[in-house]
Amino acid sequence: MSEHHIVTPATYLKVLIALAVLMVLTIAAAEVHFGEPFNLMIALAIAVTKAVLIVLFFMHVKYSSHLTWVFVGAGFFWFIIMVALTTADYLSRGWHSPFTG
Amino acid sequence: MSSTSHAEHAYVAHHFHSAEQQKEAGTLGMWLFLAQEVMFFGGLFCVYAVYRLLNPDAWLAGSASLSVFVGGVNTTVLLCSSFTMALGVYFAQTGDNRRLFQALVATLALGLLFIAIKLQFEYLPKYREGVFPGANWGPYGHHYGHLADVANQGGLQMYFVLYYIMTGMHALHMIIGFGIMVVLMVLARKNTFGPQRYMAVENFGLYWHFVDIVWVFLFPMFYLVR
Amino acid sequence: MATVVTDPNAAPAVHYLNWRKTVASWLFSLDHKRIAILYLISISVFFFVGGLLAAAFRLELLTPEGDLMQADTYNRYFTLHGVVMIFFFLIPSIPAVLGNFLIPLMIGAKDVAFPKLNLASWYVYMIGGTLGVLVLVTGGVDTGWTFYSPLSTTYANTNVFLAAMAAFVTGFSSILTGLNFLVTIHTMRAPGLTWFRLPLFIWAHYATSIIQVLATPVVAIAIFLIAIERVWGVGVFDPALGGDPILFQHLFWFYSHPAVYIMILPGMGVISEVIACNARNRIFGYPFIAFSSVAIAIVGFLVWGHHMFVSGQAMYSSLVFSVLTMLVAVPSAIKIFNWVGTLYRGNIVWTAPMLYAMGFLGLFAIGGGTGLFLGVTGTDIHLHDTYFVVAHFHYVMVGGAVMAYLAGLHFWWPKITGRLYNHLLGKLSAIIVFIGFNATFFPQFLLGMQGMPRRYHSYREEWQLLNIFSTSGAMILGIGFLLPVLYFTWSLVFGRRAGANPWGAKGLEWEKASSPPSPHNFDHDPVVTEEAYAYTGREQLSV
Repeated sequence: MSEHHIVTPATYLKVLIALAVLMVLTIAAAEVHFGEPFNLMIALAIAVTKAVLIVLFFMHVKYSSHLTWVFVGAGFFWFIIMVALTTADYLSRGWHSPFTG
Repeated sequence: MSSTSHAEHAYVAHHFHSAEQQKEAGTLGMWLFLAQEVMFFGGLFCVYAVYRLLNPDAWLAGSASLSVFVGGVNTTVLLCSSFTMALGVYFAQTGDNRRLFQALVATLALGLLFIAIKLQFEYLPKYREGVFPGANWGPYGHHYGHLADVANQGGLQMYFVLYYIMTGMHALHMIIGFGIMVVLMVLARKNTFGPQRYMAVENFGLYWHFVDIVWVFLFPMFYLVR
Repeated sequence: MATVVTDPNAAPAVHYLNWRKTVASWLFSLDHKRIAILYLISISVFFFVGGLLAAAFRLELLTPEGDLMQADTYNRYFTLHGVVMIFFFLIPSIPAVLGNFLIPLMIGAKDVAFPKLNLASWYVYMIGGTLGVLVLVTGGVDTGWTFYSPLSTTYANTNVFLAAMAAFVTGFSSILTGLNFLVTIHTMRAPGLTWFRLPLFIWAHYATSIIQVLATPVVAIAIFLIAIERVWGVGVFDPALGGDPILFQHLFWFYSHPAVYIMILPGMGVISEVIACNARNRIFGYPFIAFSSVAIAIVGFLVWGHHMFVSGQAMYSSLVFSVLTMLVAVPSAIKIFNWVGTLYRGNIVWTAPMLYAMGFLGLFAIGGGTGLFLGVTGTDIHLHDTYFVVAHFHYVMVGGAVMAYLAGLHFWWPKITGRLYNHLLGKLSAIIVFIGFNATFFPQFLLGMQGMPRRYHSYREEWQLLNIFSTSGAMILGIGFLLPVLYFTWSLVFGRRAGANPWGAKGLEWEKASSPPSPHNFDHDPVVTEEAYAYTGREQLSV
């Protein structure tokens, strides 16, 4: 494709600082009681943010071809399919049938 | 850079037409490998999701017995190693083999530090105090004795089964990475890398960052269950 | 367009088969064509091992009582039959043999993108295969090829660990092959070979490779957890430890249902090539066949729960999986429609590969159609774990995948070896296989409807007649499978020289490469200037 983009050490340093801040944030958020699903959701949201930073900058996906984006997306998409359809089974185990009560 | 065409021929394999094509293939191949890795760890994450759903109480108790401090230190160590690896890729791209070598040494050292901390402050103390699922299960002692009072002992064991398998699988990936790093160091010593030839370093960087991402998820999943 | 200057009836003096002659030049070859031959030999061995096991337990099923073998032996035989046929034959069959040989030739490349990885994946396959043979000689395994927990983890006394490792290791061979093909198809196409000029064989392998890369790691981890459970002694799927055996089934079928498409999709690719060539016609609805392959690869991932309707899976989950299962029938039906459309007004030549391809069409239609019976939650409860299921998946796996594999082998044999086989015997074997296959498995639909459960060595007396039919059919089928071994081997020595393009087929492998191809495939790098399947109806057949 195009000329390869070289990411500079300054960018890497900024990303590292952002990652460190997010790590402190996730530990701090865990100390606060937000109630049942919210602590988990916050922790996951922060983890996803960190992962996105690493993928975009450390792994250069921000500067990569569309095809790389598709492959990265595919891996993530298939993972979601697996977890969603599997946990759906467990979450609906307790439901009752409208026909049998 | 028209003078590179001769150097190019030296490392473009016979079945490729150009260095460009070879590089594109290498990068795509690496990303596909990582997609495969996502699903490999993904299977474990799926098991984790279901069992956490089935045993919320055990997950709370298990997580409370882990040290957020040790986990946090290790997260920092690993993030730093990812940073030094990223620098390594930069030095490979700019042809600075000496600094590349140093960056690889730093990355390897931080990786080893991570494993050492994991062993010394986590795996070994737990094993000694009976926090090891299977026939010898039976937490006791100063740090882990309270775990014996948890009602759902089965679920608690499952928490630690997954803890050992998932962090162990992560550590195994790091150890494989150590081996590759040593090879890259030797190559860097021989001034192998430069603006036209850095794919091996870049692809290893991708692998190393991926392993880092796995830990980014493992940390809240095991240490920060609330 | 560069023209081929080879005399059509003279084999090139130097080709990939004879340019180096030592054993090492084969075992360490990086040439995709030689690696394909290595695979061909090894999977054929496994095919006949699996076939012998099947013959043995079909003999046992001649009579209602267990007289030839007892329950334990029977369990081991059908388990090994399943493990060998699925992991060591069907999964690698078309991709690793025909795919390896043809993908670079079809896209005008010198080799696959990663030749060393290609060789490595054969070695990984052989390590897995060796472990499989070790299982065989150390007493076998009796859990069924599905390794269901808790039978596999707690109750089985056989060598589950070794069998699990064999499947685990072989899985990585499959992943590496898929990865290699995806990169090859993306980066190695000849100039002018755009995506919509690709042969449909390539599209089918592209879709297959997606599944291999994304699904196989999950079964690897599932099997790994079974192994952990047996070695470490902790119950990953044990309810007493807060686990759930059904979770194993989820992980297992997340791979193993898409794995069905790993087996059938490449077959569909073969059928597209064979039908277009032998009907002397442009393929009908090219984009529909191409995209339906990709659609099958994606939708195929959403249906795995239909294997678990009676497992304790939530009712609502089953409902969703059932609806999604109906969806996956659509792209398969589109393909059959388009193949039939290709035959319409074609100038059909009844060659041996064409007969196999016609067999595929009929048998796969039955196999796919009966799958719908099993995908509906209501009927599945009656049919689950009966011989109806056995018949259904053999219609897809043998009637579909094996027929397509044989069609492909007969079609490209002249290209691979440079020799023609006895064409009359080729047609005869296609007919024998078709008859033998139906005689074996059609009675099993009826047995299943009557409620005969699968995986038992004895059965009620009223089912004997149909079982006799089935066993007799299996013997005919066995003859049908042995016949090609004989005339293929014969052709290697005595067969007529094939010439570059004996079928008058389109495609780079026929038009630009000699038979057998030269070590680097093409004398000149090919440039593509036309669509695939530009048949005029006037192509000459010279077999």
